Amino acid sequence: MTTHGSHPAGSEGDEHDGRDSTANVPAKPRHTGERVVLRTGGDPVADPGLGEHEPRPTDVDPAAEKRAERQISLLFATSALLTLAFCVAYFAIPRDAVLFGTSALNLALGVSLGLALLLIGIGAIQWAKTLMDDHEMVEMRHGSASSEEDKAEALAAFEQGAEESGFGRRSMLRGTLLTSLGVLGLPAVVLMADLGPLPGNAPRTTVWAKGVRVVNDITGEPLRPDAIQLGQLVNGQPGVFYEIAEGEEHPEYEGTELLNAKAKASVVVVRMLPDEITNAGSAAKGVDGILCFSKICPHLGCPISLWEQQTKNLICPCHQSTFDLADGGRVVFGPAKRAVPQLELGLDDGGYLIAMSDFTEPVGPSFPEMYQD
Amino acid sequence: MRQLSTHRRHPLAGVLVLLLGLIVAGGLYAAAAPGAARADTAEADAELVAEGRELYLTGCSSCHGQNGQGILQRAGGQYGPALIGVGAAAVDFQVGTGRMPMAQNSQQAPRKEPLYDDAETEALAAFVAAEFGPGPAIPGSEYYDLSGVSEEDISEGRELYLANCSACHNASGIGGALGGGRYAPTLEGVEGVHFAEAMITGPQNMPVFSDEVLTPDDKRHIYASLREIQAEPASGGFDLGGVGPVGEGLAGWVAGIGALVGFAVWIGKHSVRAGKQ
Repeated sequence: MTTHGSHPAGSEGDEHDGRDSTANVPAKPRHTGERVVLRTGGDPVADPGLGEHEPRPTDVDPAAEKRAERQISLLFATSALLTLAFCVAYFAIPRDAVLFGTSALNLALGVSLGLALLLIGIGAIQWAKTLMDDHEMVEMRHGSASSEEDKAEALAAFEQGAEESGFGRRSMLRGTLLTSLGVLGLPAVVLMADLGPLPGNAPRTTVWAKGVRVVNDITGEPLRPDAIQLGQLVNGQPGVFYEIAEGEEHPEYEGTELLNAKAKASVVVVRMLPDEITNAGSAAKGVDGILCFSKICPHLGCPISLWEQQTKNLICPCHQSTFDLADGGRVVFGPAKRAVPQLELGLDDGGYLIAMSDFTEPVGPSFPEMYQD
Repeated sequence: MRQLSTHRRHPLAGVLVLLLGLIVAGGLYAAAAPGAARADTAEADAELVAEGRELYLTGCSSCHGQNGQGILQRAGGQYGPALIGVGAAAVDFQVGTGRMPMAQNSQQAPRKEPLYDDAETEALAAFVAAEFGPGPAIPGSEYYDLSGVSEEDISEGRELYLANCSACHNASGIGGALGGGRYAPTLEGVEGVHFAEAMITGPQNMPVFSDEVLTPDDKRHIYASLREIQAEPASGGFDLGGVGPVGEGLAGWVAGIGALVGFAVWIGKHSVRAGKQ
């Protein structure tokens, strides 16, 4: 503000005491060559007003103006060519061609379309900055309310309409109209039934049951205790996803049904020394130090298999919830509110690991109803 | 012959003779050495173990103990874990990738330039395997030989990688963070034998993936899929380390939008004036 105060416009305003200077505002504040001073009464700091307009080279030199016009046209024309180049590149460049260690096709498409857009932008700005009129102008604010006559007229029209339709008088018409409009809201509620059947018991159950084998994910190999070494991690799945029943061609679960079942049934199997397990109840659910826990984080359902075999911590990559599997999956860090559920293991006649029951508590993200019983 | 003797005092003659001598000696060694080793394996092994013992006692025993029993700290931690039953594979991995000896005590031993050469690493591995109880041997090429790997194998390897490895090492194999300052290292530039050793022995906090659950074939397919991913060109241009959406978002918001804001400010500040007319 000090620089403004020392400005000639400021010193001019100071002499005027700042009260009557509103008279200085010209009716048409468009620049006219002399300094425009805008002030309101009692302003302690003089309004510096607009600086003197300085013309650009293109304003005073017709040759420069012509040159700028040509430059801008060239920008736009180049942009059009680049867009065409994009279309050509899309068909001409093979998908697997490599240039500068990256996909030649992606590079060509990105560079051509990116530059085409950039050139349009640069051209538009150059147009505005060099050729369009750049006189500073002041536009005063006006009240936006309607005039009193307009208000009265609108009110009269509304009242006349209400009177002529008899909306206030004919109560049966009014009642049925409002009823029909109100009932229109019902379909919006009824259609919600399409959001699916109610989940029922599904959030509390998985495909695990007594006797279901624990198998290796992807390969579907059943697991024997002697295959699992100290410090081992096995990403496990229920065998029913891989076993094909007699007379069938495919496993019982397929497609969406398989994905939904897998999202709840995935497990991790880990092995530690029996005396490293600090939770006796948890150890009893395992086989010789082989424990099986849900792979689905009880916080928000991310798959958790970041297994630190020395610290016995299982970490969720999404929000760093950390579970101590040596202590029954207790939460030791992070936003998870309950221990990761454990699946009780046993051995079948063939010596393979099986589940002894389904999970005894819901797997995956907690939901309000699970605390109601 | 006469010509030879006249040139025998040529300044380069000495160099030539030395070169010739080296080539003959090297060739003879290459031809004879494996045969000799095969001829007397037991004696060579004993020699190797003896050499390894010397290296071990000098370079490793201060932390791991003279009998590989590990040394406990009074506070309950350990200077070095016991090496009983770790086998040659663990030694070859830890020493061959430069993780051991550790430069300093920290959360994790990082991969670095190996301190011991191949022969010394072999001797150390032979010693630990022979003296500290049986453990996994150094895996053969059936774990990482990529000849004859088909597209289907790579595809299956990718599925196994995503199920077993990607949680820690990232889908692109670039590595990732664990708890308490620990991390899963990048798999970029890991040799096949070290890859197999890591899966078999579970170094540091990495879990073990035993051959009974993931067979040598499965491991080879995982390795093939990893190499396939790493050989792919970065189709998006700058891959920003391949760490995923966080790095890309950060670059987009800070660098990208920052540049746009700077550009807008520059446009607003600059305009050419003709001067007074």
